[in-house]
Amino acid sequence: MIEIAIQKQLGQFALDVDFAAPDTGITALYGRSGVGKTSIVNALAGLLRPDRGRIVVGDEVLFDSARRIDLPPERRRLGYVFQEGRLFPHYSVRGNLLYGAKRGGQGGPNLDTIVAILGIENLLDRRPASLSGGEKQRVAIGRALLASPRLLLMDEPLASLDAARKGELMPFIERLRDELKLPIFYVTHEMNEIVRLSDQLVLLQDGKVAAVGPVEELSSRFDLLPLTGRHEVGSVIRTTLRGHDTSFGLSELSFPGGRLRVARLHATLGTAIRVRIQARDVVLATAKPEHLSIRNAFAGKVVDLAPPRGPVVDLRVDIGTEAQPVLLWARITLRACQDLQLVPGKPIFALVKTVSLDRHSLGRYEADEVD
Amino acid sequence: MLTLTPLEIEALLLSLRIGIVSVIFSLPFALAVAWLLARRDFPGKSLIDGIVHLPLVLPPVAVGFTLLVLFGRNGVIGAFLYDWFGLTFAFNWKGAALASGVVAFPLMVRAMRLSLELVDRKLEAAARSLGANRLRSALTITIPLMSPGILTAAILGFARSVGEFGATITFVSNIPGQTRTLPIALYVLTQVPGSDAATWRLAILSVLIALAALIGSELIAKRLSARVRGTE
Repeated sequence: MIEIAIQKQLGQFALDVDFAAPDTGITALYGRSGVGKTSIVNALAGLLRPDRGRIVVGDEVLFDSARRIDLPPERRRLGYVFQEGRLFPHYSVRGNLLYGAKRGGQGGPNLDTIVAILGIENLLDRRPASLSGGEKQRVAIGRALLASPRLLLMDEPLASLDAARKGELMPFIERLRDELKLPIFYVTHEMNEIVRLSDQLVLLQDGKVAAVGPVEELSSRFDLLPLTGRHEVGSVIRTTLRGHDTSFGLSELSFPGGRLRVARLHATLGTAIRVRIQARDVVLATAKPEHLSIRNAFAGKVVDLAPPRGPVVDLRVDIGTEAQPVLLWARITLRACQDLQLVPGKPIFALVKTVSLDRHSLGRYEADEVD
Repeated sequence: MLTLTPLEIEALLLSLRIGIVSVIFSLPFALAVAWLLARRDFPGKSLIDGIVHLPLVLPPVAVGFTLLVLFGRNGVIGAFLYDWFGLTFAFNWKGAALASGVVAFPLMVRAMRLSLELVDRKLEAAARSLGANRLRSALTITIPLMSPGILTAAILGFARSVGEFGATITFVSNIPGQTRTLPIALYVLTQVPGSDAATWRLAILSVLIALAALIGSELIAKRLSARVRGTE
């Protein structure tokens, strides 16, 4: 368990958080810029001293103002991947990678393994100044890992990269999670990174924790809608890969209540897949649709409606079973909502276009979490 | 013209020795003071800053006089050093080196403080997160990254020491072989009628030393900063 309960006054801004996170998987710290995400990881790393509070990782107290404990950063054994990489310009890539490796002793990851996972064999003798943004971030990740951390902190590691580089780097982060079994605290303001990577979500607002929980749960919660993002409203559902339709290049994902077709996935059957479905990609119908190109149609009922904003309204519909509800956000116009007389409890069909679910909407997660 | 007279050689070697010794002994102190001024906040910081810069603005003769009062055989510090360590600065080349070091000190502090302030502290934070304690982070990150500034400070201090005149002649006088440095020998010659040629030779020699030091430092500093930026 990782417990963080800290208070810190930073000028006009007050950080006051208290939450716990599991010491497995990826915990995402999510919120708009300036909500204190980076301050929290800095406090964890020992680079920012809280005014009051307590930080515990596993069974070691890193900070406790009441007991006057404040471990210096070098004794906390946390890896930190900074947003800007922060490679040492006067060291080679190899020198950077090995800078913290002494601490590991035996049992830590070795250089060859990390270099192979990150694909940086050809960069070892180069200087950081000659690397591209994506290469720098991979070296920064490798450097943090080689110091044998018990927890990896990543502060928007993809933020300074363009979309193509982001797509390149995400699989590496997935491999850290899946192969090295290293717990990760991941700071981001990108919902699709969270869907792809994280299991646990810590939602922050104005220096406080608004909610903590599994990504699927928080993304379907009504009250958190303003935080999970007006523009990015969507839900996350857990599915299992059930089959492939090779002739049409499709894969089938099952969830309680239905099957979802998506573009062919390269994963073994039974893999747990998390799917993010944006509210604006969901179409609602009051009768079973025919003669339509949409392949994903799920029977369900309206759960509730958010207060309308301008011409649009967001609704939650349940397309799961009695025992296991699966909540889906749908964004439609107010006009359509009134024409179809959508009220809580009304049976509907929810339609999702397969092509709207691209690679960034799909993320793998630990299969043993499937219930 | 191409060969130097024994007197010139004596003055030249003495000046070089004084320049080198004064830099070697004052550089670590100047680095410590630069660190203090750049990185620490404490009450009385502006006072320390002011005192460090005094030799830059005081008349060198006043500096020499103060040194005489403090470090002379009967001075507060001078008497103590002589009684306990048998060390004396009065009227010998060590005194000249002390005077040069004091006068060059603020220049060295300024050069290093500037370069220290330019070192990205986020890199030090990264080093700490990788398990380096303060000392290791200073030795492997901060000092290498500010090395162009340290070099500049050393060269500047050396050039200033070699050119030192007022404080030196006030503190340790003009003793051939002990304290008669290039500038002092030059001054003496200007006082002797009919020695224009000899005066010129020494003046040109001084110019050459200063130029060599400055050009050399420029070249090394360029390579050094390319090295620490990793663009070489």
